[in-house]
Amino acid sequence: MSFTLIGKHEKDSRANRDGYVSAMLEMMAENDKLIHIDCDLMGCINTGKLLKEFPNQTFNAGIAEQNAMGVAAGMAATGLTVFAHSFGCFASRRMFDQAFLSAGYSELPVHVIGSDPGVTAAFNGATHMPFEDCALYMTIPNAVVIDSCDYAQTYALTKQLAKSANPSYMRLIRKGFTTVYADGSEFEIGKGVTLRDGTDVTIIASGILVDEALKAEEQLAAKGISARVIDMHTWKPLDEELVIKAAKETGAIVTAENHQVSCGLGSAVANVLTQKCLVPQERIGIQNRFGQVGPQDFLMEQYNLTAADIVAAAEKAIARKA
Amino acid sequence: MQKAEMIQNLKELAAEIRLETLKVIGSRGFGHVGGSMSMADAMAVLYGEVMNIDPKNPRWEDRDWFVLSKGHGGPVMYATLGLKGYYPMESAYTLNQPNTDFPSHTDRNKTIGVDLTTGSLGQGMSEAVGAALGNKVQGKSSHVFVAVGDGECDEGQIWEAAQFAAHYKLGNLICLVDDNKRQLDGAVADVMSHGKGLGAKFDAFGWNVINLEDGNDVEAIYDAIQAAYAVTDQPTALILNTKKGKGATFAEPSGAHSSQPTQEQWDEAIAASEAALAAVRAK
Repeated sequence: MSFTLIGKHEKDSRANRDGYVSAMLEMMAENDKLIHIDCDLMGCINTGKLLKEFPNQTFNAGIAEQNAMGVAAGMAATGLTVFAHSFGCFASRRMFDQAFLSAGYSELPVHVIGSDPGVTAAFNGATHMPFEDCALYMTIPNAVVIDSCDYAQTYALTKQLAKSANPSYMRLIRKGFTTVYADGSEFEIGKGVTLRDGTDVTIIASGILVDEALKAEEQLAAKGISARVIDMHTWKPLDEELVIKAAKETGAIVTAENHQVSCGLGSAVANVLTQKCLVPQERIGIQNRFGQVGPQDFLMEQYNLTAADIVAAAEKAIARKA
Repeated sequence: MQKAEMIQNLKELAAEIRLETLKVIGSRGFGHVGGSMSMADAMAVLYGEVMNIDPKNPRWEDRDWFVLSKGHGGPVMYATLGLKGYYPMESAYTLNQPNTDFPSHTDRNKTIGVDLTTGSLGQGMSEAVGAALGNKVQGKSSHVFVAVGDGECDEGQIWEAAQFAAHYKLGNLICLVDDNKRQLDGAVADVMSHGKGLGAKFDAFGWNVINLEDGNDVEAIYDAIQAAYAVTDQPTALILNTKKGKGATFAEPSGAHSSQPTQEQWDEAIAASEAALAAVRAK
C-alpha cells in the first residue's frame, strides 16, 4: 500500500466519478464477467462509456432501483462480478431490503455505488441528500462500507472492490472536488491512511472532510497544536488498530464525516474507543438534521463541516483530556 | 417413454410431493400449508420432467434454475428436492427446528438445491431475472423458472422485474404464477385485486402469457412449458389457476395461508394424502 499525498486543497480537474469509470473500463477489457448495472443515471456518472464499449456487460435497469439490486444479486449468483449504481439516497434507502436480503444475507457480493453523498447532492436538495446511506449498509453483517475522497482513491478502491467477496457500498462524490492523492496511489479496504503525523489530537475523516481535515491540521499547527490526520476511507470493517493507536498516542479524537454522526464514522470510532481505549472524542458531521438545497460551500457551513469547525472541535477535545 | 406414461409418473410424483409436504410441515406442527400444496403439481412437472438438473451436483453451472419467489412455500420445495435425492427426505423433517437447514423460507446458503434466497416477497422475481440475464450473457442455453404467488403480485418489485425481463427479451425465463386466489388476510379479490387480471397484466408488460384453466393439472403445465420453450424473445408467464391448500384436508376448504391443525387433523390429512397417492398409483 503506497500513496502520494498532494493535499494542496486544489480542485480536482477530473470528476471523481471518472475514477470509477476508468477503473471499470480497464477491468472490463480484461474480464468479461464484470458487470455494471445503472438506474437511468448513466448520464450523471458517465457510465454511458461502459455501455458503449461493453454493451454485453452494462445494463440500464431504468428508474427501478429495487429490481436493479435484485437483478444484480441474481447475476452475481451466476458467477458474475456485479457493480450497481444509483444516487446514494436511492442506492441505500430505496433498495435497502433488496441489498440486505438478496445480496447481503444471500452472501452474493454485489458492489453498490452511491453517488452524491451528503451535501455534495447540493442543488438536488434534501430529497437527494443522503446523510444515512452508510448507516444502512453498516447494519448488513460482513458488508464493506467506503466513503471515497477523490479520483485516485475511487479508482484504486474500485479495483479492490472487484476482487472482494463481500457485498459493499461505496459512496463517491460525483463531480470534481479536491485532489488529495496523486494518481497511482494504492489503498487497501479496511486500512486507514495516516496523512499527517501528530501528537496532541487525531482527526479521523473521510470523503470531502479529508481535505478539510488537512486544512484544519495546518491551522492547528499555526496555533502550536500538533494534529494527526487519518483518512478513514473504509468505515466497515473499521481499522480499529489505527484508531486505538491514535487514541493512545494523541489522547483525543475528532471524527469528521459528511453523514449523520449518530450512525456513521463518528459512532463507529466511538464504539471502539468506549470498549478499548476511552479518550475524549468530538464529532463533526450531521447532527440529527435533514438535508436542504444549496451550493456545497453554503451547505458545509450550514452543517458545520468546515476546517474551522474541525479546529474548534480539536481544541475542545484536547481541553477535555483528563 | 410414451407421454401417457410420463404424465402418470408426474401425477404420482405430485401425490408424493403432497404427502411429503404434509409430513415436512407436520414434523413441526404448523406452517404454510396452503401455498405449498397449491404448487405441488407444478413442482412435479419441473423437477420430475422438464428441468435439466443433477441432484448430485446441485450447483452444476449448466443446470436449469428454480426460484421459489413465494418463499413461504419452502416445504413443497423441500419435499420435492428430498424426493429427487438432493438429500435424505428425513432431513427435511427438521423444518424450523433449532439449527435446521430447512427454514420457513427458501435459503440458498442453507438448503442443498435451493438456487436463490427468498422470503421478502418480490425479491425472488428480480433475482430470477438476474440469473436469467447472467446465464444469457454467459452464453448458456439453460432456463430459469420462477414461481410467484398471486398475493405476491401486490409487490411493485414484481412489475419492475417484469418490465426488465421483457425489455431484455429474456426468453430463458419462465414465471409460474400460483394464482390460488388467497392471501394472508383473505381472498385476493377482497384484500388487493388485480385489475384486469394477472394474465392481462403480464401481457401488458410485454410477456408471452399462457393461462391454464386448471393449474393443478400436470399435463396442462407440461404442455404449457413446452409451448413457452418455443418463444425465445420474450419471457413467458404461466398463469396457474390453482387451489390453495389442495390435498390438505384441513386447509383446502378454507384456503388458509398458514395452518396449525390438531394432531388428529394431521393424522387425518396424512392418511388422506397416502390414500390419494395409492389411488394414483393404482391407475
